[in-house]
Amino acid sequence: MEIKTKSRIIVFIFALLVWFALTDIKDYQEALIGIGISLLITFLAGQFLVTTAKSQHPVKRFLHFIIYIFRFFWEMIKANFEVAYLVIHPMLPIKPGIVKIKTKLTKDSAITVLANSITLTPGTLTVDINEDKKELYIHWIKVSSTDINETTKEIGEKFEKTLTEVFE
Amino acid sequence: MTDTIGIILICIGIAFDFLGVLGLVRLPDVYNRLQAATKCVTFGSMGILLGVIVMQGFTSFGFKALIGIVFIILAAPTAAHAVARAAHRSKIPLAKISVVDKYEEDKELIDETLKEEVEV
Repeated sequence: MEIKTKSRIIVFIFALLVWFALTDIKDYQEALIGIGISLLITFLAGQFLVTTAKSQHPVKRFLHFIIYIFRFFWEMIKANFEVAYLVIHPMLPIKPGIVKIKTKLTKDSAITVLANSITLTPGTLTVDINEDKKELYIHWIKVSSTDINETTKEIGEKFEKTLTEVFE
Repeated sequence: MTDTIGIILICIGIAFDFLGVLGLVRLPDVYNRLQAATKCVTFGSMGILLGVIVMQGFTSFGFKALIGIVFIILAAPTAAHAVARAAHRSKIPLAKISVVDKYEEDKELIDETLKEEVEV
């Protein structure tokens, strides 16, 4: 199947599901309008959701995505307690700076999710991405090392493995 | 019962929102403040919306809150990234306490690649 068609089908199903969840369907007219609007969205913006072919099987990707969500929430809760501790501490024990990390991911969607996850996890915030060299610039609230290999290990690697399974 | 759990979740959310705001006031420069603002406020707002879901169940009301959570998770880090990058590009300095700035060191290189892109 061509990839644009595939993308359109996914967008249509997703839009329709969201419509059914948002409106308490009492009448066939509501369902008809939902289908109409989903079709409109599909033809206007359907081809942008999926742009590259993935190598893994969909079910396997979905399972890895679930694992990823749990890991992500765990990291996020840790991040919040860390920042809360820093903010409450009377001396403000911070040591900020911008460091570089490397990434092995190649797909746009994977790098986007990695950057967003890094922003929401302990003490780190993605500032910029160098797409040619596959490097991310990270503002880190407590710099423990400036060496690129060590920072990669500490910040990026915990997500990278699962993200490779999901998005590549 | 669900009401109690919902209210507890909303209280946790408000507490983290408060800590985020406190961080916004106390931390030194724009980048550190963004850290507090994105993390704590995202988590806090998620807690509040989660409380709403628990109290309302999966009615159309609760589902709207769920969609709110998804969009907060997607939008908050992206916005923080955009603000941080814009701040650095308009030469707002890091706080004096900072130890390293690899981005500044590589900046000329990035600017050159940008120029090439514009020319192409």
